[in-house]
Amino acid sequence: MTDPSRHPAAGGSPPPTEAGSPVVELEGLEVRFGHLRALRGISARLTGNAIGLLGPNGAGKTTLLHTLLGFYRPAAGTARVLGHDVTHHSKQVRALLGYMPEREAFVAGMSGVRFVRLMAELSGLPPEQALERAHEALHYVGLGEARYRPMESYSFGMKQLAKLAQAIVHSPRLLLLDEPTAGLDPPARERMLRLIKEIRDTGEVRLILSSHLLRDVEECCDEVLVLKAGDVAAMTDLAEERRTNRRFLEIETQGGNGSFPEAVRALGCELAATTPTRIKAVLPEGVGIDAFYRLAAEHGVQLRRLAFRRDSLEDIFLEAMEGAPVTETMGPDTGEERTDGGL
Amino acid sequence: MAVYEQLYRRYQGPETPRATRFLVIPRYAYQRLFGSKLWWVLLAASGLTTLVFAVLIYLRHNARALAVFGLTADDLARVIPIDAGFFATFLGIQFFLGFLVVLVAGPTLVSMDLANGGLPLYLARPISRPEYLVGKFAVLGAALSLLTWGFGFLLIALQASLEGAGWVLANARVVTALFAGSWLWILVMSTMTLALSALIRWPLAVRGVLLALFILLPGFGQAVYHGMHQPWGLLLDLETVFETALKGLFGLPLGDAPPLAGTWTVLLGIVAASVVILARKLRAYEVVS
Repeated sequence: MTDPSRHPAAGGSPPPTEAGSPVVELEGLEVRFGHLRALRGISARLTGNAIGLLGPNGAGKTTLLHTLLGFYRPAAGTARVLGHDVTHHSKQVRALLGYMPEREAFVAGMSGVRFVRLMAELSGLPPEQALERAHEALHYVGLGEARYRPMESYSFGMKQLAKLAQAIVHSPRLLLLDEPTAGLDPPARERMLRLIKEIRDTGEVRLILSSHLLRDVEECCDEVLVLKAGDVAAMTDLAEERRTNRRFLEIETQGGNGSFPEAVRALGCELAATTPTRIKAVLPEGVGIDAFYRLAAEHGVQLRRLAFRRDSLEDIFLEAMEGAPVTETMGPDTGEERTDGGL
Repeated sequence: MAVYEQLYRRYQGPETPRATRFLVIPRYAYQRLFGSKLWWVLLAASGLTTLVFAVLIYLRHNARALAVFGLTADDLARVIPIDAGFFATFLGIQFFLGFLVVLVAGPTLVSMDLANGGLPLYLARPISRPEYLVGKFAVLGAALSLLTWGFGFLLIALQASLEGAGWVLANARVVTALFAGSWLWILVMSTMTLALSALIRWPLAVRGVLLALFILLPGFGQAVYHGMHQPWGLLLDLETVFETALKGLFGLPLGDAPPLAGTWTVLLGIVAASVVILARKLRAYEVVS
């Protein structure tokens, strides 16, 4: 939002982290509320640029975010954010974060711009720059016209956008978004997701998106941690899944003399779950979809359906919800390689 | 840069020092306080009180001015001596005006953040809970300091300038009592108000409770004292408790007052209880086990 050339000699916030470097490292992290174990000794190493936290209500998503923010002290284990221990270097961690809470959060009696300016100043921006950034952040999220209105008069959707504005105003290195689309109507939801993707695509900030909406996570994230009852149920590299899915073809045929599957295998494809009319094939490098049309013509087969595999996240999520907790799955495939029955 | 571009770009400007960043909190609160007409009325009333006391000190040292009223300096000294009692009386009046300031500014300080979920936004930044609390305390601390020992020291400066520098040394206890008494009262009032604000979260109700503590509870305390002949009843009268502690600090005769140790126990007990409440309530999110 601010032109970097205007502050050539300034210190400012540190540069964004290198892609692939760990964003969050958890080792046996356990958080307790009295007798309740909200997080049950979870371990994970998250390196994605946009990380999705998935899970049903009560899975521990918000607890994990709050622990990363230093709101809750771990009963056991450690959590590191961008290399900093959240227990011992809580302030340093929070200096790197932008947080958009799930619940309503604003300071009463303030206009939008004054509220965002206050948050910017608390993050270390001098008053003048904080004011400038507050204006820009509110314009960016689409609240430019409403920025002088008291926040009590904002609609729910506007308050969500104001929460996003305060979370990004100081250029955090990691953005924590807790259910950012919860309660929004479809147009407002689309707008919120577009903003999140825009911010992600700048490469200036990495983000963790907590949601129970699969589509939100699928649209915005390249890595997913699925939580269930305070435990890790699955961890998936969505970007890799998508790449793999582009090689996983589902074919439905009609006619022919039954030699088509063998012909497909002869192309170098690995076949799975084959019936005479339904084939699931993993494409080798260099084999395009046009080869199947050619083969079908040669064998007198009618192609009734030819589709790349989709909805992998839904599959993963549903399996994770049904299965026992696991530590990690990285899936190029349909689940056969998963070792411990979770996925 | 033009706002119409609406692009996300990283901030690369200067940053403020981390150690003093919490001072943003009182600065914003002052802006709100200074926008209140009631604050300016009370400040003017406090300033006027100080002016009246300053005039008395001036007259005490100006025979010609007193002659206009047909008085001598000794006459005035007999009626209004410039001594420990004079400054204790001044502080008592300022405490009353300060209480009204607390009613205006105090109840909204924390409750506004807690009621609308604003606190997690503060604490998600590099601001610790103690820093947040100190920032809020500073709002009342500074405003009440101005009204009490701030104006009080102006009077002492005037008295010292007219009487001679030796007066300060000779009346070191008065100077110390003025400062310590002010801070005792500021500490008790501020922590108690912040704690009530965090506990009740509704400014109007906090004001009601504060008024009850200083109007209804003393009545009950006096009833216990006079009706049941229980001296500890006076410890329920916060005004009497403050007055007694102040008399103790200024070295004035206590008269028919609750025991000094009891008053200090009550006042420090209020501070301790308030700190405990604040420590429990000022969390980003409350956890119900």
